[in-house]
Amino acid sequence: MTGASGTEGAVARPTRARRQAEPLVPQGPARASAHVCQAAGCLSMGSDTLFAELKERVLASGARDVAVKRVGCLGLCSAGPLVEVPEQGRMFERLDQPGGVPLDELVASLTGGALGGRELGEEPFYSRQVKVVLERSGRVDPEKIEDYVADGGYEALTKAMTTMSPDEVIDEVVKSGLRGRGGAGYPTGLKWRTVAKAAAGPEGKYVVCNADEGDPGAFMDRSVLESCPQQVLEGMAIAAYAVGASRGYVYARAEYPLAVKRLTTAIRQAEREGYLGREVLGTRFDFQVEVRIGAGAFVCGEETALLASIQGGRGTPRPRPPYPATSGLWGCPTLINNVETFANIASLVERSGEAFASIGTERSKGTKVFALTGAVTNTGLIEVPMGLSLREIVFDIGGGLAEGRKFKAVQTGGPSGGCIPEHLLDMTVDYETLSQAGSIMGSGGMIVMDDTSCMVDVARYFMDFCREESCGKCLPCRVGTQEMYLLLNRICSGRAGMVHLARLEELATMVRATSLCGLGQGAPNPVFSTLRYFRDEYMAHIQDQVCPAGVCQIEGVPAVAGTHAGSHGGER
Amino acid sequence: MSEVRTLVIDGRDVAANSDQTLLSVARENGIAIPTLCHLEGLTDIGACRLCMVELEGSKKLLPACVTQVQEGMRVVTSSERLLEYRRRVIEMFFLERNHVCAVCVANNSCELQSAARALSLTHFELAPLHPDVAVDATHERFVLDQNRCILCGRCVRVCDEIEGAHVWDIRGRGANARLVSDMGTPWGESTTCTSCGKCVQVCPTGALFEKGRSVAEPKARRPYVPYLVGHHRRA
Repeated sequence: MTGASGTEGAVARPTRARRQAEPLVPQGPARASAHVCQAAGCLSMGSDTLFAELKERVLASGARDVAVKRVGCLGLCSAGPLVEVPEQGRMFERLDQPGGVPLDELVASLTGGALGGRELGEEPFYSRQVKVVLERSGRVDPEKIEDYVADGGYEALTKAMTTMSPDEVIDEVVKSGLRGRGGAGYPTGLKWRTVAKAAAGPEGKYVVCNADEGDPGAFMDRSVLESCPQQVLEGMAIAAYAVGASRGYVYARAEYPLAVKRLTTAIRQAEREGYLGREVLGTRFDFQVEVRIGAGAFVCGEETALLASIQGGRGTPRPRPPYPATSGLWGCPTLINNVETFANIASLVERSGEAFASIGTERSKGTKVFALTGAVTNTGLIEVPMGLSLREIVFDIGGGLAEGRKFKAVQTGGPSGGCIPEHLLDMTVDYETLSQAGSIMGSGGMIVMDDTSCMVDVARYFMDFCREESCGKCLPCRVGTQEMYLLLNRICSGRAGMVHLARLEELATMVRATSLCGLGQGAPNPVFSTLRYFRDEYMAHIQDQVCPAGVCQIEGVPAVAGTHAGSHGGER
Repeated sequence: MSEVRTLVIDGRDVAANSDQTLLSVARENGIAIPTLCHLEGLTDIGACRLCMVELEGSKKLLPACVTQVQEGMRVVTSSERLLEYRRRVIEMFFLERNHVCAVCVANNSCELQSAARALSLTHFELAPLHPDVAVDATHERFVLDQNRCILCGRCVRVCDEIEGAHVWDIRGRGANARLVSDMGTPWGESTTCTSCGKCVQVCPTGALFEKGRSVAEPKARRPYVPYLVGHHRRA
């Protein structure tokens, strides 16, 4: 439909932009293919023009057995634009950038010259990862369903619908031990079973995909949607088949325009190919999916607020029970899962629940996608098996910290999460261990902090976030986050006494116990976890009026120049 | 079909219908649980968190107004911890806006004030937020004073659920949340308001009130002034 360029002739010709986006496909089998990352990170480094340029260069070289295609996220966002040549096991980083790989090196590599780039096998960033959710992300064109299908896409849906009963599908999900990837870790199979057993409402049942990712520093769901939207849709279709739903929504943030665009394209294509919409795969099963775009409220990631927003109301949470599984959209049973949870489903069904459960720990199965950011060398999107240690993630995959910097903490779980200190680096990453350490798995944000971060300032940063994002419905969250922020501000500026610290702890306990939804209940977590592991930093601010990291501006004391690196913003 | 449930509240055995909430059973049995956002006859939203109670065997506190009774529940409505939390809730309601009881139309008929009294709230520990908020006196009979609004949403619900006009809504998030009429137009210009006054009646504080009642409005009787200060003697 974008092809109508107004030229003569009955057949609409593709527009220039469209032609430029077309991959270069060789006649016979490809000897080498260049996978050019087209996710937001690399695009911002000009990977779309790079793609066109690379195509030109390969064509000009006369090589006829080289493919050039657009793919989703390749992971190492900090080294973009990225191009992978899977046949050669090579990754070309910072392509055509100052200090990066020159385009000539890639062209030579592709056209039979010397192999360039980096060997993937020996890079811990790539070799230590296990890809289930991101399996197809660097392999298929995010805007072409044919590519997804050619890669084995929609085989799981076909398998489920033709060889399995809805109950059998749910059995597999139960066996897999998959838990919700949105953060809380509720058993996915159990949730599906509850929705399947609930009596259909006046409008039947709904399947909703929560793509309202909002944690600071988290971009897992965005990358999955930008890289392989069909995989999420396939998971939703399998879920709809299993629980008996005929309508679905993807609730995505307005701040993710590229993800929304690719998702919308994917829905249109899947409907055209008969994988979504009316009479899926020629059967009597209908499943219509719509995209709903959020208006920027963090709280809409909370499931009841999300549903209220889909229904056109104000995005505020309501008390549960009733849970959405029994009474969700317009009072109908509604299955809500996160993007990553749905992205796990196709491979789970295709292989088997047991195969899925073979990865991970006793109670946390499968893999987890993390957005690794902060003071590590390799920042980007990673997928690791549950049970890997934090040390392996930060120092092997993440490549450790910059020269001369000292590790201080890893923040996981966003504003409801916590900071894990150095002496716990060998703990495994799974739901239970993280919560014992006073943090949460969360949706997958992982922010590494070095000695230039002040932990009181970090707690203040997250409290500032929560007070901005509190919906204002319940008092403890609406006012409690404001008051905790003021107390933290007081501590940061060296104006606090022990009485203020006591008040902060007391208030944090009260807000956690009395708030209506997860936002308020989780808001005190960054305070608790920094107090648990970094109380000495609080004491330095209170008793000595000193910020050990040199981040906070103590009143009456000039800030130490040049030590503000990595600060989350000083005095406000 | 509702069935009979038996449970224990504050050590007392009580019977309830299965569709009752903890709050209604407690009140039926003379057990007082403070509330602000709850109003009999309106949908409960569980927003003020004053009615939180403890359930034996559960770490989580439950809002009594939206928790259905269950067989065998053992509930505590007024532990030391709950009273402390309630005092904190009331304190934060006061600190959130600009409440001055002495000059308030609702003085001595204010639910926030009486809750503070009942809980023996004697002083504030946290910092007042002192927001700069507006007064809307454009309506010919009523006034909205945001300084006293506690965002309980009773006016929103009574207008929507009983009057069917849906004039009121909450706009903005967190500390910026404000009660607004007709999507933010001045109350006096509202095309949906029927001037029924239900919102004024259900307001727990002095945020919504009838004109002519505020402490500033009684008029001094100017003609008497010359007699009081003796102008006639000088003449």
